[in-house]
Amino acid sequence: MAEKFLSLKNVNKNFGGVQALKSVDFEINKGEIHSLVGENGSGKSTLIKIISGVVRADNGAVIEIEGETYKDFSAIDSIRKGIEVIYQDLSLFPNLTVAENIALGEMIATNTKIVDWKRVHQIASEATKKINSSLALNELVANISLADQQLVAICRALTHDVKLVIMDEPTTALTRNEVDDLFVVVKDLQSKGISTMFVSHKLDEVCEIADKISVIRDGVKVGTFSNEELDDDKLTMLMTGMEIDRENYSGDFRSKETLLSVRDLKKTDNFKDISFELHAGEILGITGLLGSGRTELAQALFGLNPADSGDIFLDGKRVRISNVREAISMGIAYVPEDRLIQGLVMDQAVGKNVVITILHHILNGFGLIDRTKLKERIDTSIKSLSIRIPSVDSPVNTLSGGNQQRVVLAKWIATNPKILILDGPTVGVDVAAKAAIHDIVRGLAEKGVGIILISDEISEVFRNSNRIMIMHKGRIINEIDTSETTEEIFRELMGLQCKGKQ
Amino acid sequence: MKKIFSKYETYVLIAIVMLGFLINSVNANFFTLENILDLLKSYSFIGILSIGVLFVLISGGIDISFTATATISMYVMAVILNTYGGNIVSAFLIAIVIGICLGLVNAVIIYFFNIQSIIATIATLNIYYGLLTVFSGGKWIYTLPTWFREFAQVRLITLSNQAGGTYGLSIITVMWMLIAVISWLILRYTMVGRGIYAMGGNKVSAKRVGFNLLKSHLFVYGYMGCLAGIAGVVLSLLVQCVAPNSIVGKELDVLAAVVLGGASLTGGVGNIVGTILGVILIAIMNNGMTLMRIPAFWYDVFIGCIIIVSVSASALQQKKKAFRKIAIEDD
Repeated sequence: MAEKFLSLKNVNKNFGGVQALKSVDFEINKGEIHSLVGENGSGKSTLIKIISGVVRADNGAVIEIEGETYKDFSAIDSIRKGIEVIYQDLSLFPNLTVAENIALGEMIATNTKIVDWKRVHQIASEATKKINSSLALNELVANISLADQQLVAICRALTHDVKLVIMDEPTTALTRNEVDDLFVVVKDLQSKGISTMFVSHKLDEVCEIADKISVIRDGVKVGTFSNEELDDDKLTMLMTGMEIDRENYSGDFRSKETLLSVRDLKKTDNFKDISFELHAGEILGITGLLGSGRTELAQALFGLNPADSGDIFLDGKRVRISNVREAISMGIAYVPEDRLIQGLVMDQAVGKNVVITILHHILNGFGLIDRTKLKERIDTSIKSLSIRIPSVDSPVNTLSGGNQQRVVLAKWIATNPKILILDGPTVGVDVAAKAAIHDIVRGLAEKGVGIILISDEISEVFRNSNRIMIMHKGRIINEIDTSETTEEIFRELMGLQCKGKQ
Repeated sequence: MKKIFSKYETYVLIAIVMLGFLINSVNANFFTLENILDLLKSYSFIGILSIGVLFVLISGGIDISFTATATISMYVMAVILNTYGGNIVSAFLIAIVIGICLGLVNAVIIYFFNIQSIIATIATLNIYYGLLTVFSGGKWIYTLPTWFREFAQVRLITLSNQAGGTYGLSIITVMWMLIAVISWLILRYTMVGRGIYAMGGNKVSAKRVGFNLLKSHLFVYGYMGCLAGIAGVVLSLLVQCVAPNSIVGKELDVLAAVVLGGASLTGGVGNIVGTILGVILIAIMNNGMTLMRIPAFWYDVFIGCIIIVSVSASALQQKKKAFRKIAIEDD
């Protein structure tokens, strides 16, 4: 029987009348990889904060670490016990070198006043050795890949005598290969007796790496399961408490007209030899690793990153798309990968965000905004997408990720697009909201909109697309018809092709 | 070799040398040791201030109020010296104490009220200048103690020119260089210095890693104030009088010098060597314009352009980062 590292009993947490956690028990053994899953707002992050001592549990909780019992568990206790949190944003300094990023925390902990650069390098190289990585210690963090930045954050945690590493959504920005490398590191920590708490939205990854999986829903722990007991679908059900319809999309498109046809599109340093067709009512999936050129291609079609050569035909007519305005006037809409940066005016009201793309349609005779039309447009959009908001005047940044994404969708659907390009539409969105977004997308396709769905989540592209193009290093390397194969075969194909090529 | 050319400072140095030759071809007086040493002396004032501004920029902030701090420091110092007497050490000490106090006021306002540093220091600039005008009545001070005036003429090395006059390496230039060395050590080899870089690179992370941001703020703006105090004394040594309005508007010159030296207005980036080169470039520009008989107004145009170019350059860089390069595979 494995040795217990940490055990929480009867953890309650009340935030001003809201019960974030209700008598949760949680245990983690030495060297165990334990995954914590739950939707946004389920109490996941509150639990992490209690374990890291940032938030105190309400009276009655018993926290026990390596046999020592705490009534009142503080951040300093947590650090002393070797618990390290790697935040989702990694908390690195882009302007400093890898070595300094790794060593800074240790130097502050030991109350260093004068910097000995030899020691900085020594601390850093010892930490990198622990995970057998060969990070370039003298490079600035700004110049290394996201995956390497992740490793830097892990190395920084390893400079202390760490017993438990908590990783909060560590794979959000990583490509599949990089995720594999990260898993090797996690397994390696395990072999050294270090426990990992792996918090993620990506259920397939959770099932792959975790020994045990704890599911939290509405502040209550649904249960802790061993890896063998669960799969994606069962986990989804446990997390949401409902069975989500996962039938594959099979909307008819072959009989319908071709909306978009692309021939030999090329852009230096982005992509080349891109040719495909998109029909009305079709959902065309594009997948590939981060950095495969898929986002660049989408931006080329939307005029954000115009192609150097090649032809684009819309409704059979050859067109040039050299800027966003032209793309919108031709009926193309684009929901970007990073809705927070490119998609929304975060501190503006939901209503204003929804109509921002169609202001010229709601003007009155004086060229001013017509209040009645404005209200009508906002109301229909919000109703049709069932966006849950206190009022149309609440600023977008007060909404949950899923609702924000729906606002972005609403904004583009308002333009009545013929072609809708969605880039990673459900990144960082919880399972229930995800299903709702998929329903909206399918609904649009059924109405005859041609949809390009870009995602690196295999089940998302597979279940929601008619056809899928796989991109790799700027080219389309394969194209499959989802009605002719199964998700398992597709998953294997993806794994083989992307790994084999690297 | 490759490392040298990847450094920004190398390009500033090349610009300085090229500009130097250009000016020298028009007026051969430029590349004389006398002119260069003279230039270094008269730019010590800007040079010392620029080091303070560098600290603030690295920390991710900006300070506009330092000219007012320098002016108040030198004014109060002059009044005290004229009333109670003193020596050169007490002159500097008075100015430094006042400078640090005014700097700490900035730090406290910026940290506790969480105000953008540019807004906070524009406000304190006005407050400081306003108070000075009220209390001084705008009067210039022409009478300074003789020992104070004479200190400005102290040289560590004295040489004589063909005409029989003497020139040399001024103690004021040496002070600037000494301050530069100390500041370089602080930035490079102390945790306080690394904390300033960390704060400028990522404020939230700096806090999480365990840096005390209040201390960092107090240090950065206090140090800026301290150097502004010293610069104030240096200015009164250089011009041999104290005027409450003599450096109004010099903020941008200093800022431009620091930015030319490679510091980023978005924080986290910059170093002492670059900053010194930036000051020298600005000095040559100004001096060269005089030697080439170009109207001085063009200098202001030039300073404004530097700031615009620098801001746009960092904006462009961020935009460029958004577009990744992909290695397209050819088969």
